[in-house]
Amino acid sequence: MAIIERTSAVPATVSGAGATALLTPTQSLGVFRRPVAATGWRAWVFTVDHKKIGIMYGFVAMFFFVVGGCEALLIRLQLAAPDNTVLSAGLYNEMFTMHATTMVFLFVMPMAAAFANYFLPLQVGARDVAFPRLNALSFWLFLFGGVFLNTSWFLGGAADGGWFMYSPNSSRLFSPSHGVDYWVLGLQIIGIASLVSAINLIVTVLNMRAPGMKLMNMPVFTWMVLVVQFLLLFALPVITVALFLLSFQRNFGAAFFDVGKGADPLLWQHLFWIFGHPEVYIIILPSFGIISEVLPTFSRKPLFGYKFVVFSGAAIGFVGWGVWAHHMFASGLGPVSVAVFSVATMLIAIPTGVKICNWTLTLWGGKLWFSTAMMFAIGVIVLFSIGGLSGVTHAVAPADTQQTDTYHIVGHFHYVIVGGAVMGLFSGFYYWWPKVFGKLLNERLGKWNFWLMFFGVNLTFAPMHILGMQGQPRRMVVWPEKLTGEGFFNLAFWNKIATLGSFTIALGVLLFLINVVYTAKKAGKAPLDPWDARTLEWMTASPPKEHNFDTIPTIHSLDEFFHRKYEEVDTDKGPRLVRVRSAEEVLAAEEAKADTHIHMPSPSYWPIVLALGLPIIAYGVIYNLLLSVVGAAVLLLGVFGWVLEPSVAEDSDYDPPAGGSETKELSSVG
Amino acid sequence: MSAVTEHAEQDEHAGHHAHGGEEPHVPKDSYFIKVALWLALLTALETSTYWIHLGGFATPALLIMMTIKFFMIVMIFMHLKFDNKLFSLMFYIGLGLAIFVYCVALSTFQFFAR
Amino acid sequence: MADIAVHEAVTSHDDHGAAGHGSITGISNNKLAMWLFLGSECLLFGGLISTYMLYRGRHGSGVGPAQLFDIPLTSVSSFVLLMSSLTMVMAVNSAKRKDDRNTNLWLTVTALLGSLFVGAQVYEFTSFYHEGVGFTTSLFSSSFFTLTGFHGVHVSIGVIMLLAMVAIISRNKVAGDKAEVVEMIGLYWHFVDVVWVVIFTLVYLIPA
Repeated sequence: MAIIERTSAVPATVSGAGATALLTPTQSLGVFRRPVAATGWRAWVFTVDHKKIGIMYGFVAMFFFVVGGCEALLIRLQLAAPDNTVLSAGLYNEMFTMHATTMVFLFVMPMAAAFANYFLPLQVGARDVAFPRLNALSFWLFLFGGVFLNTSWFLGGAADGGWFMYSPNSSRLFSPSHGVDYWVLGLQIIGIASLVSAINLIVTVLNMRAPGMKLMNMPVFTWMVLVVQFLLLFALPVITVALFLLSFQRNFGAAFFDVGKGADPLLWQHLFWIFGHPEVYIIILPSFGIISEVLPTFSRKPLFGYKFVVFSGAAIGFVGWGVWAHHMFASGLGPVSVAVFSVATMLIAIPTGVKICNWTLTLWGGKLWFSTAMMFAIGVIVLFSIGGLSGVTHAVAPADTQQTDTYHIVGHFHYVIVGGAVMGLFSGFYYWWPKVFGKLLNERLGKWNFWLMFFGVNLTFAPMHILGMQGQPRRMVVWPEKLTGEGFFNLAFWNKIATLGSFTIALGVLLFLINVVYTAKKAGKAPLDPWDARTLEWMTASPPKEHNFDTIPTIHSLDEFFHRKYEEVDTDKGPRLVRVRSAEEVLAAEEAKADTHIHMPSPSYWPIVLALGLPIIAYGVIYNLLLSVVGAAVLLLGVFGWVLEPSVAEDSDYDPPAGGSETKELSSVG
Repeated sequence: MSAVTEHAEQDEHAGHHAHGGEEPHVPKDSYFIKVALWLALLTALETSTYWIHLGGFATPALLIMMTIKFFMIVMIFMHLKFDNKLFSLMFYIGLGLAIFVYCVALSTFQFFAR
Repeated sequence: MADIAVHEAVTSHDDHGAAGHGSITGISNNKLAMWLFLGSECLLFGGLISTYMLYRGRHGSGVGPAQLFDIPLTSVSSFVLLMSSLTMVMAVNSAKRKDDRNTNLWLTVTALLGSLFVGAQVYEFTSFYHEGVGFTTSLFSSSFFTLTGFHGVHVSIGVIMLLAMVAIISRNKVAGDKAEVVEMIGLYWHFVDVVWVVIFTLVYLIPA
């Protein structure tokens, strides 16, 4: 239990220099002292602070982004020339499987989790998430799961069945290496991480909001993340079932997908896509949330139709449950099912279109400030619209039947994922970097970063539509010279362009990484409120103090921070919003009311110990069940350590409330 | 059944006054024992279909009894009836989604046509 | 595996003081988290039940559900599990009255009834195995053992939690609101019971 003590006579300054941390070590399991170090590696490994966990999520996800990106470049190199031999056919299968798996499960989702972890508590005015130790557990499970999954490269080859791992192709017979086992168990571990984090964040948003923050006062990013967590909560158990069935078949000889015994391979497809389609929205909605913060800030206008954006986000979340079979139009579902799912899929375009309209109308008439964050956000509107429109055409089953499993589909979903989700995350990087690290990313490098990625995305993925229409199948390791065709639509030309484009994106990402290093080394301290922002996370120091807010603010409106800076003043031209206070003044007013007793959760050993148990169990399932027993023992140790560890210090550790000053505590720490 | 329902209604009425941090009103032990007796009776009826053949009525009858038992446990033993409505919402969303997606999936396999 | 993580967090009882004071909705974080988890579990068991429903008739020329199931035995074990829900309610009510002795008594009885159920299931599984229906025999057997096995694991985890709770209460090591921790385990326990209500009807009683 870290107790931040501050005498009311000495108000803390904006920079936080007045805060001193008194740490009360309590013992874990009656043996170990609590890991209360505030600096050094221990401060990170045993932390339960949502901000540190968010940063760790971000760094690990970025690492996997580079890994997945390298895999993508190898795929494009292989396809750059006819009958190419950069990769063998087997390695190529592993490459595209792991590229997709890495990008979806180890980059986009955890990067969204990084933003959610860091900003959700700040945006709702909380001091931490509802269960800080569970939060740490989620991160370590994600990290260990990701590492476990990727060790398969060195232990006999990675999974090679494509990211949706259709049966019976995923059975022992067709995929004899341990790759699929690693994939199944790795995703199982990462799935637990996401499930735990989903429960945690939903409770945080519903229960931990600052006084006065009604649901319809929450920033759109918080709303979109909330919808995503509900999708995760209900979609993950479905993939969990599918993964269990597959691993029971591969490791224990169950019959689930054994066609010889009368199995129906469509069972896997249904289970996978019941999860897989909500997963699509899990990927895209955080990015929608980010740009819904960025666009109003840099248009100097409130978001157009806040309620419509929120409700359409929730509607996407709901309707997203009724469209999964449009991934299976070519599988012989029968005409009735196809027609039903076709119509449902067209319906879901409506709420998405509502959002695009709202964003565009937010820009309309605004005083636009083309910062890098803003440019990425506008890039999302443009690129996502292209990907979304080609997506609607796939709702038409006859057209989809022709395009299924061609490069056309690859082009479509990369527009949505790279153009929509990844560009949105980059917008978030530029927008929130000064909040997290107290330094502004270099705008000049940022602009180069943006334009290279923007052109790169179009160069890479637009030609894929043409390639697909010309008949190039998805997942084909080579395209033969004699089938390239002639003239404008020949495969050779567009494949070269796509490869060129992929390296352009890579250069853009490299510039971002250079920008990060450059900023860390050279940049000075960012102003407190560099973008004249609107939402609560900016109403605190940058980077925020450990306890986020000196006093929990009372919320009166949407865009609370903006309304504390700006007030309506009557001028000769009628009433106008005029800036009446600077961000520093708003903060100083909060400082003056600073709480004297702030109780923060203590660091803990047990999340990482508990998390460590699972990959050991997973290795055991693959190689020797005895190892699983060891893993289970580690897990059990973690569980019992966790249960017996007091997450809240004894009452005697607290000072009795001083006269006149109010004691405010985190309502829950875990 | 009427005695149980009546009692439950009273309790629900009392439950409405519980809000904020207050503990919701939860009925006495005797009430739960009554509910358990009803559950036991239903289980006995269910099991009896194994010996007494009802023909085409068996499946609907069993499904109805299953549903009644399910909601008796969820609403009374798990206090959903007396507790904050948010809990009910969270649970029923999951339950509803599960019934919806899996019934649709099974129907694409012509499961209900057989 | 997910269960353990979530439940332990719940049982570790992270709340400071009484249920949910200070939260904007006035409800407890722990209980809300538990209900979210149970909502999620509906989708898990739904998937397993659907898999069984799809495959229950696919046993080739081998033994199918109609010949295999021992309805009298399963009826008794279903009844045992159902009654364990009543004893769990008694434990929760005793905990609310701050009556440690009765809480522990009822928790122990619940754990005993749960173990009885698991024992019956182990007996059932072995007798099926001796009749030539193993895990890998047919689509029917794989999906049957997976579904009921998952449920059995849930019950076993519940029994462990109950016994751990008894130990923790006797040593008076409960941090925070004891009644809420017991209630939390109760919610999990009733859910496992409710899942069995569904399985008992859909798998055992309704003829394939």
